[in-house]
Amino acid sequence: MKRRGEHGQDSKTARAAPRKAGPRQRGLENYVTHHLRALFASLGQLARAPLATLMTAAVIGIALALPAGFHALLASVQAVAAGWEGDMAQISLFLKPSIKDDQAAGLAKRLRGMREVADVRFISPQQALAEFEQSSGLRDALAYLNVNPLPAVLVVRPGEKYSTPAAARTLLRRLESMTEVDSAQLDLAWLERLHAIIGLAARGVWLLAMVLAVGVLLVVGNTIRLGIQNRRDEIIVTKLLGATDGFIRRPFVYGGMWYGLFGGLIALVVVNGLLLGLSGPTQQLAALYHSGFRLELLGGLASLIVLGVGAALGWLGAWLAVSRHLRDVEPV
Amino acid sequence: MIEFRKVGKRYPSGHAALTEVSFVLARGEMAFLTGHSGAGKSTLLKLIAFIERPSSGEVIVNERNLNRLERGHIPYHRRSLGMIFQDYRLLQDRTVFDNVALPLVIGGEYDQRETGRRVRAALDKVGLLGKEKYYPLELSGGEQQRVGIARAVVHKPVLLLADEPTGNLDPDLSQEIMALFEAFQRVGVTVLIASHDHDLIARMNHRVLTLQQGNLRNGTAEAPAS
Ligand SMILES: Nc1ncnc2c1ncn2[C@@H]1O[C@H](COP(=O)(O)OP(=O)(O)OP(=O)(O)O)[C@@H](O)[C@H]1O
Ligand SMILES: [Mg+2]
Repeated sequence: MKRRGEHGQDSKTARAAPRKAGPRQRGLENYVTHHLRALFASLGQLARAPLATLMTAAVIGIALALPAGFHALLASVQAVAAGWEGDMAQISLFLKPSIKDDQAAGLAKRLRGMREVADVRFISPQQALAEFEQSSGLRDALAYLNVNPLPAVLVVRPGEKYSTPAAARTLLRRLESMTEVDSAQLDLAWLERLHAIIGLAARGVWLLAMVLAVGVLLVVGNTIRLGIQNRRDEIIVTKLLGATDGFIRRPFVYGGMWYGLFGGLIALVVVNGLLLGLSGPTQQLAALYHSGFRLELLGGLASLIVLGVGAALGWLGAWLAVSRHLRDVEPV
Repeated sequence: MIEFRKVGKRYPSGHAALTEVSFVLARGEMAFLTGHSGAGKSTLLKLIAFIERPSSGEVIVNERNLNRLERGHIPYHRRSLGMIFQDYRLLQDRTVFDNVALPLVIGGEYDQRETGRRVRAALDKVGLLGKEKYYPLELSGGEQQRVGIARAVVHKPVLLLADEPTGNLDPDLSQEIMALFEAFQRVGVTVLIASHDHDLIARMNHRVLTLQQGNLRNGTAEAPAS
């Protein structure tokens, strides 16, 4: 009478035996409605304790606001720095003495046609001499020279994409090898320093973000752990009635997601509030330095990322917490 | 439907609640499990629902050896049962309706309308149709017990396990609930009822399993002692 060793098969028949198997379509529909219901039920659960919810969300919000805020500052700095880069990555081409002005002008035109080049300024030997006289105050001494010793110079400003140290250096080598060019010079020290500083700051923001992400996981995990303790009886009863781990996990995981999402919203409010508060004084300060520096608010994409990261961290934190604590809650 | 093979259960405290219990309950059979308080009735039912694990021997339910039940299959095993608990195990913060609906929500097979229909049918069977919106604490002990019974039958299980289902009911209600169980048996459900109520057991003509100090005295039909 008893067939053994078939319990995989049996489990299906046992599951299906008491009910009529409905069409698959309806099963999927029910699955979706159950998820939606759990989603909004968990929202209702949070709404029932608004103060506790707000506090948890605020902690998450602050943790998210820190890296998001630094990121916004860094983005503003980078925008200004990109403007400087063009000036910093200037390449000076000293032309051979044999090159006439009109030839130099022709070369300048050719260079302007290059994809990598944003702008070329031609300084003729006469202009160069005049500039030198003015800045050096050696007018009388120079008057003794009967030939102008200065070469014609083309000042090349690389395009925005070719202003990084590496790209500028490649461009330098190309220009250097041109027949009209005697020698070429590129002063990269400042550019490299600027890049190093920005790179360091960006790395710092990343590391901070990662540490704080772990913080968010722990905050959500702890909140969910308390939730599990509070609803211990409910979990036990649902387990007795045949709830799967997924079913029990669902409201908690959605709850964690809501916490994260609210945290993200709070972070957006905090960051944009701080940036707005700082923008007036910063603009005044920048004006004193004749700089176009201005603080940019978090853009649409960045805001979406903050919300998405918040929700994802909340979801993950809850999932980890439930997985860890669910096995401790077994019916007896 | 249920087979025990030399099943022993020793609790971590060292107490041996069951020793070498063997019996077979056929599909569609209805039987009483009786014995003094502490004899091991609840323990035996818990072994069937896999709430406790046997220390020795084998429990086979619905052709499935529970010793080989994987963790992931436990929920599906429990869904095939309807269990009435000695201490009701209702959720206090949910209405009668929501408590009874729980097995259907967990099963996830029915939409809201069908769920409502089945819940009301189950409540009707235990005479609580008017109390859907009450919370368990607003009900008498007997009413709570009947909510537990409605919850155990709402999903039409193949096996019904009842632990003192009439402990808080007056004789008339007890008789009604027993009639309900018999109706389930008639449509093929296997029913096992733990009870001390000797008068009730005596009045009904079903097989009786008697536990004494964790030993099964008799596996065949007999009139209850005393
Ligand atoms: N979780 C547990 N840990 C330790 N011992 C237990 C546990 N559950 C039950 N026992 C012991 O096992 C024995 C059998 O208990 P069980 O609950 O099965 O009895 P019962 O027949 O249902 O009694 P009652 O009629 O009073 O409900 C008792 O002596 C009890 O003390
Ligand atoms: Mg008992």
